[in-house]
Amino acid sequence: MVEKKRSGYWLTHLGLILGVLFIFFPVWLTFVASTVTQDAIIYPPLPMLPGTEFFENYANALFRGSPEGYGAKVPVIKMMMNSAIMAIGITVGKIIISLLSAFAFVYFRFPFRNLCFWLIFITLMLPVEVRIVPTYEVVANLNLLNSYTGLIFPLIASATATFLFRQFFMTIPDEMVEAARMDGCSPMRFFFDILVPISKTNIAALFVILFIFGWNQYLWPLLMTTDPEMRTIVMAIDSMIPTGDDYAHWPTVMATAMLAMVPPIIVVISMQKFFVKGLLESDK
Amino acid sequence: MKKIKAIIASLALFAMFAGTAAQAKVEIQWWHAFGGRLGELLDEQVNKFNASQDKYTVVHTRKGNYSETLNAGIAAFRAGQHPNILMVFEVGTASLMAAKGAYVPMYQLMKDAGQRFNPNGFVSAVSGYYTTTDGKMLSMPYNSSTPVLWVNKDLMKKAGLDPEMDLSTWKRVGNALDAAKAKGIDMPFCTCWHSWVHLENFSAYHNIPFATKANGFAGLDTELAFNSPVHIKHIQTLGKWAQEGKFKYMGRRNEAGKNFRAGECMLMTESSAGYAGIKKEAKFEFGIRHLPYYGGTEAPQNTIIGGSSLWALSGKSKEENKATAAFLAFLSRTDIQAKWHQDTGYLGVTTAAASATKKAGFYKSNPGTDLAGIQMMRNKVTENSKGLRLGSFDQIRGIIDEEMEGVYNGTKTAQVALDSAVKRGNVLLRRFERANK
Amino acid sequence: MEKRVFFKGWWLPALLVAPQLLISFVFFFYPSGQAIWNSLFLPDPFGLKTEFVGLDNFRFLLSDPYYLASFKTTIIFSTAVSVSSMALGLYLAALADRLIKGAGVYQTLLIWPYAIAPAIAGVLWLFMFNGNIGLASYYLKALGYEWNHTLKGDQAMFLVILASSWGRISYNFLFFLAGLQAIPKSIIEAAAIDGASFWKRFGSIVIPLLSPITFFLLVVNIVYAFFDTFGVIHTITSGGPEQSTTILVYKVFSDGFVSQDLGSSAAQSVILLVLVGILTVIQFKYIERKVHY
Repeated sequence: MVEKKRSGYWLTHLGLILGVLFIFFPVWLTFVASTVTQDAIIYPPLPMLPGTEFFENYANALFRGSPEGYGAKVPVIKMMMNSAIMAIGITVGKIIISLLSAFAFVYFRFPFRNLCFWLIFITLMLPVEVRIVPTYEVVANLNLLNSYTGLIFPLIASATATFLFRQFFMTIPDEMVEAARMDGCSPMRFFFDILVPISKTNIAALFVILFIFGWNQYLWPLLMTTDPEMRTIVMAIDSMIPTGDDYAHWPTVMATAMLAMVPPIIVVISMQKFFVKGLLESDK
Repeated sequence: MKKIKAIIASLALFAMFAGTAAQAKVEIQWWHAFGGRLGELLDEQVNKFNASQDKYTVVHTRKGNYSETLNAGIAAFRAGQHPNILMVFEVGTASLMAAKGAYVPMYQLMKDAGQRFNPNGFVSAVSGYYTTTDGKMLSMPYNSSTPVLWVNKDLMKKAGLDPEMDLSTWKRVGNALDAAKAKGIDMPFCTCWHSWVHLENFSAYHNIPFATKANGFAGLDTELAFNSPVHIKHIQTLGKWAQEGKFKYMGRRNEAGKNFRAGECMLMTESSAGYAGIKKEAKFEFGIRHLPYYGGTEAPQNTIIGGSSLWALSGKSKEENKATAAFLAFLSRTDIQAKWHQDTGYLGVTTAAASATKKAGFYKSNPGTDLAGIQMMRNKVTENSKGLRLGSFDQIRGIIDEEMEGVYNGTKTAQVALDSAVKRGNVLLRRFERANK
Repeated sequence: MEKRVFFKGWWLPALLVAPQLLISFVFFFYPSGQAIWNSLFLPDPFGLKTEFVGLDNFRFLLSDPYYLASFKTTIIFSTAVSVSSMALGLYLAALADRLIKGAGVYQTLLIWPYAIAPAIAGVLWLFMFNGNIGLASYYLKALGYEWNHTLKGDQAMFLVILASSWGRISYNFLFFLAGLQAIPKSIIEAAAIDGASFWKRFGSIVIPLLSPITFFLLVVNIVYAFFDTFGVIHTITSGGPEQSTTILVYKVFSDGFVSQDLGSSAAQSVILLVLVGILTVIQFKYIERKVHY
């Protein structure tokens, strides 16, 4: 910036710090709540500093379910596994089929190419929430309720990743393809040896975005898992919040919420560079 | 030769027995809505059944509250993934009854399984709800209760009131609330299930219709009628109390039970089955009274049941249906019913259970627990007090809940709210009628 | 822009596209077609029988005051969420852009909420505003303000908007920061030398240069507010009180799975389909480079 710095400098930092605090505060509270006793929560105000029950609460949440007398006993670790399987399934599945499709659209001419392209384009138009009832029925008819396949496949159906790869492939210089062809390279070898390695950054970026998308799925798992063993952690939180005159063991619920947040956050922060690049480039 | 024949014969016999013993237990699924203390007691019943014989196993799952359980059951049925037994609360009865292919009627199930079954052994006010007009019982009553007035005697003393004072009319209740408010009691009055208590039971208790066509028993072309002057006067009173801080609304279902058990609320209208939780957790002296009414009307007539019944869903194998029948017969045994009644405050659904309880002196040692039964069987039922049979009623209750909430927070008058609820509810009734003609 | 170089043959590309087409057909086209078909019927909840009603479901919806109110609720909700989260994102980005170093640190500190599911965000804020144990409601009560979002529609709306925007700020921050950093410093300096104040520079240079990003973010945020916020609403208010926080997508779920009115739910899906279609077309026509090959 052009003006003199001193006062502006501190104000700028202050503003940013306030923003950071606003962002962090609810999560901090939840973390504190997950480390105290039930009484500390039921009788507000909640203390601002973490308590001593960290290991107890998290062990309960992960392995044992809520303590005696407080409702459902579903260990969270199974749910985290389900979430992980679902998220990775969606991520890997989507990346693979999109890479293949984008490759086909960009580097081949085939009959009905335009039609196929527009068909896939249309899938951008309907998030799963809108077609929820009939999709549920299709999955039920295929006997895929309460299964990983049923959790994963309906969410692979949209074409965002295909478009991203297509866009990216179109920026690859033709010379590369020509050189490959002159070398007698078969299309699939070109794909595996040249195209995929070049796309590494984009794949990494998409990995982050899709993992988060998959892990955070809420409505779809809510509807199609009736078996408690198949629940994912994000959808299960809702059923742990008490309704009616149920009691909840709040520290365990909050610990579960923290556990639901941690894996995607780790993915975002550790792959931050790819993620940022991917978001900015893909959606522009 | 003879020896060989003998060996073969005994081998065959052995194989027969081995085969039977190796046969896996038939497992059936039961979806219900009970958690907390009630869930524990239900679990006891299931364990008892499983331990009492070795042919069948019942696996029970809590699906959420009554509405969630019903919706889960219906969605599962559409997908062919439904349980054998579904707990359906009383307001879902019409929806189930209309879905003729979705369930096996109780009398049929028992007959096919060769189970002894005596429909007359059930308390008529209870079984009538779940029986067709020609006397065929469609589902098995599981838990039936009726609303009563719960009293926190300690808080009443704090309000300067005599804990044994007469609270039989709403006018007297109003006076008590005034006194409580004056003495700074934070939550003088609260209620659970406000639609069930203050509109549905209110109508029955005062012998006025909740809906036309005998509250829906006489036809699908029934229309809602709970916006009469008497209804409006009562809801208006509740609204006024809410605005004045004498009535704290805690939620549509039984949320207020938590507050009462924690000792925060002086008077509460709630199901008699609140007994289970209150007995376990209340650290204060509590009392049970009859539901209040308005003097100068036809009250007190009788109140109607709340609770649920168990439906045997169709599409299951003969073996599984036999298992279902056996379990349901087990549940209606006198000793099981008597224990359930005494532990929970739900009415014994069989007359035998009620008399066994009386004989054991339970009512003497737990005063007030017989009030619910007395209140329900008080007079001969009229067409306004048999119960309700309205389609989509869970959704209609949601509409009623919404409108009444508007009265409590002052955004609508009782007249406007009830008229609107009637209008909106009738739309659903017409849609139900159309879909089920 | 046609690719000039390509591989010959047609069976390989057909094979390559087949998985995506197959999945799209089974899990997208077929259910969507079903939704359109189902919207013309009035089935009973158990699926035992059904009645053809033509456009009656639509007529019913368009005369249902609660459905029309849901439109209004959705518009208010998505506008509030988009505007507030974009404004805060822009504010923080503008601040971060002023720093020579340290912007990266703030970016890391502000970016991770993107990873939080809207449903979890709902739980976090519900915990703070819970009538019995919430910290915020406790202090509000101490200040004499009664908080009860289960009864008061305005408060419920405020809470879901708050929870939805909170989660979105980091996304907008990211884009605005990139946009601001892409503005060549020379332009700004030239204007400063000409004597323009900070606000004048901001208004006449920065904002216009940011407008493509702003427009893009607006559309993306609206789509987010329309659909992804389902988790927030379901965990905090379940669409209540009195359906005051029932946005269109929530109503599709609630009418279909809670009220068991499948005809109405299907019709609502069709209407939403049209709406999203329009939004997507707008997004592609005016924002993306023209889609062609």
